[in-house]
Amino acid sequence: MSSKVSINYGEFPDAGGHFGRYGGRFVPELLMAPLEELAEAYARYREDPRFLAELEADLVHYVGRPSPLYYAQRWSEQLGGARIYLKREDLNHTGAHKINNTMGQALLAARMGKTRLVAETGAGQHGVATATVAARLGLECVIYMGAADVQRQSVNVYRMRLLGAKVIAVEAGTRTLKDALNEAFRDWAANVDDTFYIIGTVAGPHPYPAMVRDFQTVIGHEARRQILEREGRLPDALVACVGGGSNAMGLFHPFLADAGVRLYGVEAGGEGLAGGRHAAPLATGRPGVLHGNRTYLMEDADGQILPTHSISAGLDYPGVGPEHAWLKDVGRAEYVDATDQEALAAFHALTRAEGIMPALESAHALACADRLAREMTPDQIIVANLSGRGDKDINTVAALEGMEL
Amino acid sequence: MNRIERRFAACREHGRKALIPYITGGDPQPDATVPLLQTLVEGGADILEIGIPFSDPMADGQVIQAACERALVHHVNIRRILEMVREFRTDDVHTPVVLMGYLNPIEQMGYAAFAQEAVAAGVDGILCVDLPPEESQFFVEMLQENQLDPIWLIAPTTQAERIRRICEVARGFVYYVSLKGVTGADSLSVSDVAVHVANIRAATRLPVGVGFGIRDAAAAGRIAGVADAVVVGSALVAQIEAHQSEPEVMYAVVREFIADMRRAMDAAAVETALGGER
Ligand SMILES: Cc1ncc(COP(=O)(O)O)c(C=O)c1O
Repeated sequence: MSSKVSINYGEFPDAGGHFGRYGGRFVPELLMAPLEELAEAYARYREDPRFLAELEADLVHYVGRPSPLYYAQRWSEQLGGARIYLKREDLNHTGAHKINNTMGQALLAARMGKTRLVAETGAGQHGVATATVAARLGLECVIYMGAADVQRQSVNVYRMRLLGAKVIAVEAGTRTLKDALNEAFRDWAANVDDTFYIIGTVAGPHPYPAMVRDFQTVIGHEARRQILEREGRLPDALVACVGGGSNAMGLFHPFLADAGVRLYGVEAGGEGLAGGRHAAPLATGRPGVLHGNRTYLMEDADGQILPTHSISAGLDYPGVGPEHAWLKDVGRAEYVDATDQEALAAFHALTRAEGIMPALESAHALACADRLAREMTPDQIIVANLSGRGDKDINTVAALEGMEL
Repeated sequence: MNRIERRFAACREHGRKALIPYITGGDPQPDATVPLLQTLVEGGADILEIGIPFSDPMADGQVIQAACERALVHHVNIRRILEMVREFRTDDVHTPVVLMGYLNPIEQMGYAAFAQEAVAAGVDGILCVDLPPEESQFFVEMLQENQLDPIWLIAPTTQAERIRRICEVARGFVYYVSLKGVTGADSLSVSDVAVHVANIRAATRLPVGVGFGIRDAAAAGRIAGVADAVVVGSALVAQIEAHQSEPEVMYAVVREFIADMRRAMDAAAVETALGGER
């Protein structure tokens, strides 16, 4: 690390959207102009005091920010090591961090004169968050969701429909999140004049990775202020799950320059990395190009994207945001995995110890926090991102335990 | 002069517009590709476009995604497609072949190996759908070192300044995407296309091909009136899909489908020529 401390993280990405060799803009020509239009609009509004004030007001009064930083005392004491604080993104309106980003992008869409929102979704949380802001702003909304995810997240599908969104089940490919992205890009290409594509994570072509990161950094800025207030010092480690990487980047980014804070991104280890049934591109993949950016991918020798597996639909993605790929290579963040079983155990542990039921995605971060905490001491501090609440997952958990609700 | 230039020169000389059918390599199964290419030439194709199958073809519609999936069942990769081109070349040394694909499989093979092996197999041009000129410097150098033409797409959303920059690096022909959407979409306005083609002609002397949304002979004929080449993909691939279980029928249908387009385009050319004299 010592040779790398001179990196000025705030300077990334460059004008073309590159984080080192990662990121960029790899899309069909038809989308180049709309992406440039988006990049210009975003560059303008991110400095516009009226836009920022409106977003801030919505985050406070509609989303319910700031979210608490909760000391999970009982759980920490059971583990017998470091003290674990939970950043309660599960308490946001709609139950996950996703709305921080959809709120920002939807306000931008409205300012750009777009009347129709499209989005992809895996767990359905981003779809619900998009459908929610669409309802609030009176915009048409179409959500693409892999057919396999439509089945395992049926509650969220119904929520989106109640909110007035049209949910389209994608039957192509592996019928999961990556296929929903393909379909959302196609929709955008066909409807660029009136449509805004709200990508739900820090992936995709420039400017999405930087823009989604910026909207999500509210998590890290608050957490930094809150831990300084509570403990008078920065934490020793931050932990967050990584699907595309938006909740992790939102938490990590305001701490990148604090070399003493270790950053742990937790990928979905599925049934274990050895067997290939997982969703851990940073741990097992190679750099390649998918969905508009260069990043680590799960792919075969021919460059075909591999099917993924995770207990949690929101982590079931073969790529990862390009800034994470870069942070891995420069050594600023560490990427580990938690298996389905470990996540499930953490889901139960937190539910019973604290009365907080985490999303299965977030449970991956908790599984890692559990491991880390045991090797640390009570004078040390971990902040884990509780990216979402677990209500949406109770059917999955029940089914795994042989129950039908 | 390379094969693509020679073919366009010959077309001009005979007052004919180039017909460029697209099929996905390895669809519906690997053994069918070379006979299909030969059938397309018999039907009246001038240039052949072969798609490299990709698991996540985001610029394509459902028809071509399904074709990719059929090919990928047989693990058709770039080297397998180059073998097909080599086999096709044993009987046909004149018809230009363009490979169309997505960046990731090419990048995993390696730009240099890809370009060298492609030219050795008898490929003439490369169209990489998700690689914009901004990210392509090294790739284009590799193609040029190996005398392969980089073919670029221009879209209805592409502004004049950008059209100029794309045309500077383009070789062979430029490919105008005739509608907003993906391959297989179905709204096409010939007068819009004519305006855009004129804008492109102001930036380059390269031939201009038009594709996306050309579904039948009538549309091919109309587009032939305003462009140098007509590209047909999804409509052809849909025929292959419909008849995949009966190969003999499939070849006959494909031959007739292309011959129909050929006739419509030739008729349109005659009309244009007569119109010009009047
Ligand atoms: C609760 C929750 N956490 C995490 C994720 C993963 O996304 P990201 O890695 O972008 O935070 C999702 C995605 O659906 C989610 O719903």
